[in-house]
Amino acid sequence: MSPASPVAAKRLVVLVATRKGAWFFHSDAKRRTWTVDGPHFLGHTISHVQLDPRDGRTLLAAARTGHLGPTIFRSTNGGRTWKEAAQPPAFAQASGGLPGRSVDHNFWLTPGHGSERDTWYAGTSPQGLFRSEDGGVSWTPLPGVNDDARFREWMGSPQDGTPDGPKLHSVIVDPRDAQHLYFAMSSGGVHESCDGGRSWATLVKGMEVVDGLDPGTLTFHDPHCVRLCPSNPNRLYQQNHCGIYRMDRTGDAATDVWQRVGRKMPKRVGDVGFPMVVHPRDADTAWVFPMNGTTVWPRTSPDGRPAAYVTRNGGKTWQRQDQGLPESQAWWTVKRQAMTADAQATPALYLGTTSGELWAGREGGERWFNIARHLPEIYAVEVGEFA
Amino acid sequence: MKVLIPGALRSYTGQGQVDAAGGTVDALFADLDRRYPGLRFRVVDEQGQLRPNMRLFVNGLGVRDLKHGLQPHDFVAVVLALSGG
Repeated sequence: MSPASPVAAKRLVVLVATRKGAWFFHSDAKRRTWTVDGPHFLGHTISHVQLDPRDGRTLLAAARTGHLGPTIFRSTNGGRTWKEAAQPPAFAQASGGLPGRSVDHNFWLTPGHGSERDTWYAGTSPQGLFRSEDGGVSWTPLPGVNDDARFREWMGSPQDGTPDGPKLHSVIVDPRDAQHLYFAMSSGGVHESCDGGRSWATLVKGMEVVDGLDPGTLTFHDPHCVRLCPSNPNRLYQQNHCGIYRMDRTGDAATDVWQRVGRKMPKRVGDVGFPMVVHPRDADTAWVFPMNGTTVWPRTSPDGRPAAYVTRNGGKTWQRQDQGLPESQAWWTVKRQAMTADAQATPALYLGTTSGELWAGREGGERWFNIARHLPEIYAVEVGEFA
Repeated sequence: MKVLIPGALRSYTGQGQVDAAGGTVDALFADLDRRYPGLRFRVVDEQGQLRPNMRLFVNGLGVRDLKHGLQPHDFVAVVLALSGG
């Protein structure tokens, strides 16, 4: 299945969410010149900004500040004005013997299915899944995840998670079916629902865990980023704490197994990282951005030499893409939401670094050039097209 | 009663000091939220706890219990604890 060739974008926008605000970079299909718009929400910690592809106009931004609690801002005019959600994501009161929890930050935003114009999903830290059916104005917790005893066991307590809080991320809506959802938890595994989020099944077969731990315990599974291929929604790629994986869904739980395609990465680089990017029209093509995940987890570019790696055959082989990137002494890395690809005829990649640099990789990452420096630490990069 | 509002919350109130009412701190924040929608959730979480790094002073004395009683002429200061980087 391959969508028709894309129409060249007239108003391309790269949405950059950082530790201290959001910046938008405007261009067109040529992607030669960029105009900066920002900061938006200066001083706010912005985890994610998403443009609604269903209308090309609505933006949601997940925000908090050092002192103030988490909220979501919404714009219906491309970011000229913003209005706060009337009812931001908030956990239910304690029930069923489970302790009550408080959202620390909204981490992940996903627009709903194309047929559900006003539906959005949000993943939070500590791990929670929320849905809005009014375009992001009010949010409702999904109790089948947030208040389910099994999930709560897999999630652990807020102290059990990653250094800046355990996260529910990679919320995916199957483009063929609004009821078919995926999400992942760091930590807590990968899960799918076929009934719009009422019930869930785990999807971790084949995923490895840290040596010595039991892969049968969901808590030990740490998927960093999961992506579905829009041109073949039966194919998923995953960057995990323990390797890079691909799964081709068969519909049979016995054969729905993650394959560790990262074993084909160069040994000196390894297959640890945060982001996972898929091609908009070619399910055999995907990108990762490896980091140093040895010993105490430096989370820097391996050897201080940052590079993307691309596969064009579903993970059988990987090629290094570093032309234009620093050749040495560059100790930044790229977080799980901070790398993406546009949907132009020849896609460009975009990535934001922990050192506040925004880079674009022309021709599918073959040639990198810098768009911006000196931004705050970048948490997320998305690309979209304004209507 | 008078309530001192920190700079981070003035996008809600538009001013640094406002009038509000309530027999407890919790009721005071309910009233503030009626007047300035969204303010309460930025200060008090969904489990009814004052958020980390937020401090409240009633007539100069630190308070964390939202059930703390208030009198009509009390002065309540909402203060951001020093933190950051």
